[in-house]
Amino acid sequence: MQTIVAYVENKPGVLNRVASLTRRLAINIDSLTVGPTENEAIARMTLCAHTDERGAHRLEASLEKLVDVLLAENITDRSMLERDLALIKVSAGQQNRPHLMELIKVFRARVVDVAPESLIVEVSGTVDKIDGLLEVLRPFGVLEMARTGRIAMTRGNDLLRPPGAADVAPVTPAPSAT
Amino acid sequence: MKMTGAEILCETLTRLGVRHIFGYPGGAILPVYDALGKSKLHHILVRHEQGATHMADGYARATGGIGVAMATSGPGATNMVTGIATAMLDSSPVVCITGQVSSKVLGSDAFQEVDITGITMPITKYNVVVSRAEDIARTLREAFIIAQSGRPGPVLVDFTKDAQQASAEFDWDACAPKLPVKRIRNNHKQDEFDRAVELLNTAKRPVILAGRGIMLSGAMRKFEEFVRTSNIPVAMTLLGIGCFPASDPMNLGMMGMHGEAWVNTAIQEADLLIAVGMRFDDRVTGDLRTYARNARKIHIEVDRAEINKNVQVDAALVGDAGETLSRLLPHIHDGDHSPWLAHIKELKGDSAVRDIQSLPDSGHLYAAHVINDLWKVTRGEAIVVTDVGQHQMWEAQYYHHDRPRSLITSGGLGTMGFALPAAIGAKFARPDAEVWAVVGDGGFQMTSCELATIVQEKINIKIAIINNGYLGMVRQWQEFFYDKRYVATPLVAPDFVSLANAFGIRGERITSRAEVVSTIESARHTEQPVLLDFRVEQEDSVYPMVAAGAALHDMIRRPNSPLVESATEP
Repeated sequence: MQTIVAYVENKPGVLNRVASLTRRLAINIDSLTVGPTENEAIARMTLCAHTDERGAHRLEASLEKLVDVLLAENITDRSMLERDLALIKVSAGQQNRPHLMELIKVFRARVVDVAPESLIVEVSGTVDKIDGLLEVLRPFGVLEMARTGRIAMTRGNDLLRPPGAADVAPVTPAPSAT
Repeated sequence: MKMTGAEILCETLTRLGVRHIFGYPGGAILPVYDALGKSKLHHILVRHEQGATHMADGYARATGGIGVAMATSGPGATNMVTGIATAMLDSSPVVCITGQVSSKVLGSDAFQEVDITGITMPITKYNVVVSRAEDIARTLREAFIIAQSGRPGPVLVDFTKDAQQASAEFDWDACAPKLPVKRIRNNHKQDEFDRAVELLNTAKRPVILAGRGIMLSGAMRKFEEFVRTSNIPVAMTLLGIGCFPASDPMNLGMMGMHGEAWVNTAIQEADLLIAVGMRFDDRVTGDLRTYARNARKIHIEVDRAEINKNVQVDAALVGDAGETLSRLLPHIHDGDHSPWLAHIKELKGDSAVRDIQSLPDSGHLYAAHVINDLWKVTRGEAIVVTDVGQHQMWEAQYYHHDRPRSLITSGGLGTMGFALPAAIGAKFARPDAEVWAVVGDGGFQMTSCELATIVQEKINIKIAIINNGYLGMVRQWQEFFYDKRYVATPLVAPDFVSLANAFGIRGERITSRAEVVSTIESARHTEQPVLLDFRVEQEDSVYPMVAAGAALHDMIRRPNSPLVESATEP
């Protein structure tokens, strides 16, 4: 799995260009998240794809060739955090509810909606953690699930900021981005 | 000053230095045509919008500047698609202007509405819809920058009809381009650079692979200096032809599927390849697993996405060809590669005997002879625009180009029908130059409607049809790989001489070698367009040939025949 972070112009059609590019390169996107940044003219994407290092290089370099993409960087091998968020609606009758609550607690997930026959569980964390919770909830009956896809950020002074952004001084000078 | 969007469009093009527009009118672009009539821009009415894009492409390739094509919405725009893709694959800076239905009805399947920006997304460097008159000037200025910067490519700008009709304030300074601020990459990695220098200075059997990027960068002088200093022989890609003189002893000739045998052999035996502004296309490398196995590779390339795409390289120098060569030059020792050069010369000697050009006149008219004679008669000074197929390869082999931008050909996309319109474009770009369209009987029939454009615009280009009655290159593949089952390749054509006459163009038919030189001479000395129909050997093939997917050294050579055995020394 390769993780690429991109800053793009926040305007219509950009997502289409990114998607069109992955299709052209025959790279299957596993997850793609887009959201605004502190600068409303710029959006940030996290793109996870099943491809090898060479495919990831092509994707990263081709992404950055798009006029609307300001920066694209493969952060797969960097020290980074990845987060995914899921809402899972699980079947929960009176009998198995206590057992269910215990499991949810173990996973540090939260119950965000309670209905007579079901619960909605909110969980965030790494993909593995969410997959793990899903595995244990499955026997109770998973009725519905929504996942956001991954967002990722490099740790510490390894800053990935959009070009032209005001310089924010880190405590010690950041290692220069390649 | 208040102006209509259409007037702003024409004024902006004029200020951007545009003089010619190749186009075809229609409902959704009519306001622009009305404004065109009042401007100083010269509009060339084409016969099909594909021709407009090829003309703009030929125009761009002949000058190194931008070519502009224009069409209406819907079918006008979709007819441009092949031309746009052709420009994209060969990194040609073409700006396409299309009309679009009014923004009020966008998305309603209005008459002649098509989502042309959606359609052309993967075949343009950039495209955009403009639906407000006040955005026209800025967007066009941005389009021109994008088309020409970095690795050039086509840009399409789609103008809704209401944007053309509305009025807006026109202020040149206020509509300065506002392109996204991109990250400036530090591509000059010192360790890669040092490795490249070391490889260059220690190689025993190096070969330079020269591509079109050298011309796009305008780096011909720097490149020559690099060759002189390093004393490394040069192999050309099809699109690189002209960036270094063919007559130079250091120029080996073309590489690849129909490259010269000695060039491909030299590449396979090399211990270092220096690729400059080329992209290791499959037609150049053959089977990648056996490609130049003993060679280290240095890749000088402006487009980072090309690095390690097809061939894994040992040192990648990302950047403009001219700038990168300038940085390398002070570090290059004078190379002495005389044993290697002598070895290549030996390889060449063997191939030359098999060369069709060495054959005595046997009463047959060979395309290679026609093209070689064309080279001799024009003293290699013409701009030759080819179509795609056998004649294109013969042109590359037998017309020796000493000047940049003197061969214009569709390499990457291999677009049949390219030659005639691209030659028209080239003639507008270089009215002083002698322009020849060299085209097969198949490709000619795809865009022959543009003969009318030649007549209407009163331009003087010469057309040489290499007429063998077949879709020759496909027939050749059928001969080699499909047991001579000539399915759908025998080709009925009209009498091209009569066809030319019907358009009001002089035409001549040539059937023997004795007539070739005199007919070409006479055509050259006519201040009118002339079409020459060369009836060449029907089942001749282009040699050598590396079959698709075969190793580069695994070449099909011209079979030995009594003719070849009696060949004279070149």
